[in-house]
Amino acid sequence: MGSMAKTGESLMAWNRKHLLDIESLTAEEITTVLDTALAFKAVGERAIKKVPALRGKTVVNLFVEPSTRTRTSFELAEQRLSADIINFTAEASSLKKGETLKDTARNLEAMNVDVIVIRHSASGAPHFLSRVLNAHVVNAGDGAHEHPTQALLDVFTIREKKGSIAGLNVTILGDILYSRVARSDIWALTKLGAKVTLCGPATLVPKTFEQMGCRVTHNMEEAIRDADVINLLRIQHERQRKTMFPSINEYSRLFGLDRQRLGQTKPDALIMHPGPINRGVEIDSDIADGERSVVLQQVTNGLAVRMAVLFLVNGGKDPQEISAN
Amino acid sequence: MAETVKLFDAPTLQRMLTRMAHEIAENQDQGNQVVVVGIQDSGVPLARRLAGLLEKIWGHPVPAGTLDITLHRDDLDQRVTPQLRPTEMPCDITGRTVVLVDDVLFSGRTIRAALDALMDLGRPGSIRLAVLVDRGHRELPIRPDFVGKSISTGAGERVHVELTELDGRDLVTLVRE
Repeated sequence: MGSMAKTGESLMAWNRKHLLDIESLTAEEITTVLDTALAFKAVGERAIKKVPALRGKTVVNLFVEPSTRTRTSFELAEQRLSADIINFTAEASSLKKGETLKDTARNLEAMNVDVIVIRHSASGAPHFLSRVLNAHVVNAGDGAHEHPTQALLDVFTIREKKGSIAGLNVTILGDILYSRVARSDIWALTKLGAKVTLCGPATLVPKTFEQMGCRVTHNMEEAIRDADVINLLRIQHERQRKTMFPSINEYSRLFGLDRQRLGQTKPDALIMHPGPINRGVEIDSDIADGERSVVLQQVTNGLAVRMAVLFLVNGGKDPQEISAN
Repeated sequence: MAETVKLFDAPTLQRMLTRMAHEIAENQDQGNQVVVVGIQDSGVPLARRLAGLLEKIWGHPVPAGTLDITLHRDDLDQRVTPQLRPTEMPCDITGRTVVLVDDVLFSGRTIRAALDALMDLGRPGSIRLAVLVDRGHRELPIRPDFVGKSISTGAGERVHVELTELDGRDLVTLVRE
């Protein structure tokens, strides 16, 4: 610290106050999050898993749409960074009494909170908050738009298992149309140089996704044959009308990953799933628990990635604001 | 305009390290319990070199580790987003004598953070502090146990340590702003 800052030292590529989506990130920024998460993963493996990086900061988890795993993952990440936490759920809040999102957020900000982690059923809600508040905003899933931390933990897990992302064939299977995970995954994977294939019923995987640089197919065998990674998405009952496909049974027969189909994949293809799993629908139970499944590693990595995101959005000021040393 | 004054060249730096290694060895008997830990990033090559010198003196391997103190800093929100570097301990530090190594001792705040970071990893029997250059201006009650050289500096000056492993050459300079 006494030595002077090395000139030209590679500063990490991150200068953002918020994490709103993957679409606006550069490949370098995504890589910065992944590299930072690597250090936090090591922290999670120690006897003492807590670091004082966000000591004295207050984080609000504003979950206007129900969530269990994302909220607990964020909450634990915040605790491990030593932040103070307020949990706010739609069911037991003033939003139920008719308060607008803006008023709720402004009231929270009046208490000088530093970070707002928001999950909302309306696409763009985090972007809206970032415009009306001074606090840092982290998107924990907005409507069918994006779920950036899920995509970051997915690419972190793929990079961990496969070494790098560039050149990999990644197949995303299932409900693409209603999936914010799919959108964020597509952005992250294509920015890092993967070739993405989307597959599922034509009603849920429209050809328009080809505009995002993906291959779209409705043939399961074709989709999984060359895949290095198969990411299975849950059928989003809550975001779906009944008419999107005839029956769960038919979906499972046409697009479910069973033992026979697993035999047609590359022997080292990774099986991923963001959870919660509908066992027997998009994936057979024994495959979900099998040795090629990285479902639980995704959960572990989610914690490290969320610590990294919270650390980075909080971390520091613009370079211009900082005086020499 | 910044003015640069050469303080120590490569042979001098190596002599300073050799003397520090002998002082550590005198202080620590057989050194079976010693682990040398360098603070990222300049402390790391210094710790490796000291461990190598101690190995020659004691005739047995001396473990060397690295410590990143970024997450324990007290000025995190006043800095550009810092880069996290690996913390790697070659062994459990509980009960051992940790020789903490850094290039320049100044305010003492880095060492305060390093002590906290070490305590999160285990409960060392004792911690000793070795620094290549002590330039004064302490802001905390921290003092080094082994010093390469103490020099008096002005507040506006910077001590700049270059090491072959990181910068391609060994050189210590004083920079006046």
